[in-house]
Amino acid sequence: MNISQSVRKKDHRAKIDGSAKYVEDLNIDGMLQARVLRSKYARAKILNIKTPSLPEGYFIVDKNDVPGINEVHMVEDDTPVFADGIVEFIGDPILMVVGPDLKIVDELLNKIVVDYEVLTPVLDPEKSDTAFFEYDFGKGDVEEAFSKADKVYTETFRTGYQEQAYLEVQGMIGDYHDGKVTVRGSMQCPYYVHGAVAKAMGLEARKVQIIQDVTGGGFGGKEDYPSLLGCQLAVASHKAKKPVRCIFERREDMEFTTKRHPSISKYKVAVKDGKVTAMDIDVIFDGGAYTTLSAVVLQRGLMCSNGVYNVPNLKVHGKAVKTNTTPTGAYRGFGAPQTFFAVETIMNRIARDLNIDEIDFKLANVVKEGDSTSTSGKFHFHVPLPEMMEKILKKSDYRRKKEEYKNQTGRYRKGIGFSWHLHGAGFTGSAERDLIKAEVKLLKHANNKVEILASNADIGQGLKTTFSKIVANELNIPYEEILINNPDTDRVPDSGPTVASRSLMVVGELLRRAAIKLRSNWIENEEQVIIENFKEPDFVIPFDINVFQGDAYPTYAWGAQIIELEIDTLTGGHKVIGVWSSFDVGTPIDMNIVVGQMEGGLLQGIGYSHMENMDYDNKGRIRNNSFTDYIIPTAADIPFFDVDMHIVEYPLGPYGAKGAGELPLVGVASAYIEAVENATKSNINHNPITMEETLVAFKEAK
Amino acid sequence: MNNTIKFILDGKNVEYNGNPSERLLDVLRNYFHSTGVKCGCKEGECGACSVLIDGVLANSCMLTVGRIENCEVMTIEGFSKTKKFDVIDKAYSSVGAVQCGFCIPGMVLATEYLLSQNPNPTEEEIRDGISGNLCRCTGYNAIVRAVGIAAKEGEGLW
Repeated sequence: MNISQSVRKKDHRAKIDGSAKYVEDLNIDGMLQARVLRSKYARAKILNIKTPSLPEGYFIVDKNDVPGINEVHMVEDDTPVFADGIVEFIGDPILMVVGPDLKIVDELLNKIVVDYEVLTPVLDPEKSDTAFFEYDFGKGDVEEAFSKADKVYTETFRTGYQEQAYLEVQGMIGDYHDGKVTVRGSMQCPYYVHGAVAKAMGLEARKVQIIQDVTGGGFGGKEDYPSLLGCQLAVASHKAKKPVRCIFERREDMEFTTKRHPSISKYKVAVKDGKVTAMDIDVIFDGGAYTTLSAVVLQRGLMCSNGVYNVPNLKVHGKAVKTNTTPTGAYRGFGAPQTFFAVETIMNRIARDLNIDEIDFKLANVVKEGDSTSTSGKFHFHVPLPEMMEKILKKSDYRRKKEEYKNQTGRYRKGIGFSWHLHGAGFTGSAERDLIKAEVKLLKHANNKVEILASNADIGQGLKTTFSKIVANELNIPYEEILINNPDTDRVPDSGPTVASRSLMVVGELLRRAAIKLRSNWIENEEQVIIENFKEPDFVIPFDINVFQGDAYPTYAWGAQIIELEIDTLTGGHKVIGVWSSFDVGTPIDMNIVVGQMEGGLLQGIGYSHMENMDYDNKGRIRNNSFTDYIIPTAADIPFFDVDMHIVEYPLGPYGAKGAGELPLVGVASAYIEAVENATKSNINHNPITMEETLVAFKEAK
Repeated sequence: MNNTIKFILDGKNVEYNGNPSERLLDVLRNYFHSTGVKCGCKEGECGACSVLIDGVLANSCMLTVGRIENCEVMTIEGFSKTKKFDVIDKAYSSVGAVQCGFCIPGMVLATEYLLSQNPNPTEEEIRDGISGNLCRCTGYNAIVRAVGIAAKEGEGLW
């Protein structure tokens, strides 16, 4: 069987006929409902909390009810399960009200009075005096390169929030029973929740069970947040002695759960003889009130801050800072969309200033196999970007259009932009080797059906299907005879989180190897268990996170995209005319699934570039917290995407597959903004660009 | 104030004894256990709670149950037992249009409504027809392709 040939997805039927049970669809006997009381101020001391008398069966749950440690275990455990004396952002959870009738729960919540001593919040990341994380690294001699440069360019770029806007809001159930706690719901990373709940409840690992329910999208937004909600509900259930569920309202979800980091990137670039000889890069990510995953998001953003260019002399400094705003966290691309926007945009500027074709300038500087990476690792495999670029330049008729659009008059103006990018495949740095240590199991039942046991969650990206295809293919048995359920930590080993596009490349390969073992030891009609563990590939230059040296990733996925727009000079409105793209994710394990990932990611990128303009007011409150005010693209907002799959196999991925899901979003903003610059004849140093700002751009046109 | 509200739900005569100002979405989910009707935003923006009322696509979060007295309400639970659904199901499956699945019951009903009004829609008409239903996963292309396939394969049904 050709592994790329598409099959009917494992979860297709239950999802399309409405029988799939998401956490809000479950009905558990005696279950109570919970709502969170949240801080009204961005920074304040809690002086006193006045609570109403509670009817029977209703509870207030706060920090005093946490049986273990009042911290959510993540990278740095600074997020409290419930606020302890101080609140750090508007929405910081103070307590939960729990009871059988949600209407009464809401009424009780409204009767609680919190006395605050209001403190001055820090909202501007440039004025923050707390760096959660700060990193420095580089290579070569940057000062010398700048002193010998023909020309030096300096620019500052800014990007805003992006909200994951998964269609299913966050929701979890906690159920404490017989000295054990079960937490279930919508999530990406069952073992992250497992570690967090064990710490907050003060329970040993075997007394904690985490079950993923059908999950309506994540995009990073359900990577760490369910750990917080899971801890709160475990504590609530422990107190109420009944199962407790909390399902967020959409506005609550949008305003108070993690989103993409806003960024400020300062670039200084040296050019000599048409080549980039040095970059000095300084990046600030706004981490919000708590650290969550900012360390890793920042690392990834910095590691790819030199783009796809061979920069012999490089100096990178970056920090994730604390502000009294909603904590920012993981979102598809994980820091890379911010820095790729900056580096691609400054490359365009330099080319224009030097009067060189932008494409030719980028081509003269692009990395190739054998070149060194930003962290002095190596591009071990072929870099297909030039071929990918040629294909989409031709399909879109890019060069002709670009020239034509330089001299436009009239109400409607067109613009076209190009960008290319990489995305490191798998988890950042040595984490796969040192922290995650993934394990998978295959359980062959006595009836010869084979069950996949791994902790990675199908959140819509099709893992149940692709995992099953790999195992079926290796065992040479029908795909229908492979069983795969949503992960339950009582049954599945810790195969690591469902993040960083690592599930298929890393865990899929472990499953493939387990299937080969099972095939050669197969005993008809007997139960068998096969275990497989992660081993770092031999060729990798070991990565040292303390100095940012070595291979940050074993290999890379590649992308290139062109976006053509028509802009109305009267209203500032944008219309996407076409999108041409080429992606190398290695061998697609199911073509429909991979193309679906590319198309979905591209459209999220288009939203990020233009529509999705989330911001907070001078009190630190996020203003657009609904689908009415925070606009995401609809089917009518784009005419079509042309997606070309360009395949460079990765020998250590299953059948040559690499990471896929994050790649298509990473490079969109720079191509989009270049198209706007092409149409408006102005320079734009921030993302997204709104309609109003487009009008300003026309006014400021050179 | 409680009333008895009679309507037809997925082909069956039903009664709701309660407050007529309750949100139809909540009544369908909590009282009739139609959990295929998804709650995405409760303000008429996302379309995840779409149902057909007398054959017309509507957001059940924007209607009170009192408004549907004597109406025919079709949810995904009822529609999934029809021949038209089988065609849509096959079309969506053939292009892998179902990802996280949360928007999909609503999308399927939007597909049914579109094809009932226009059995041979152009791509632009399809995009317009499903534009009241948000999907964050697919980029819509697969869904648009699926609706086109359903229109072709289901010739004569609509």
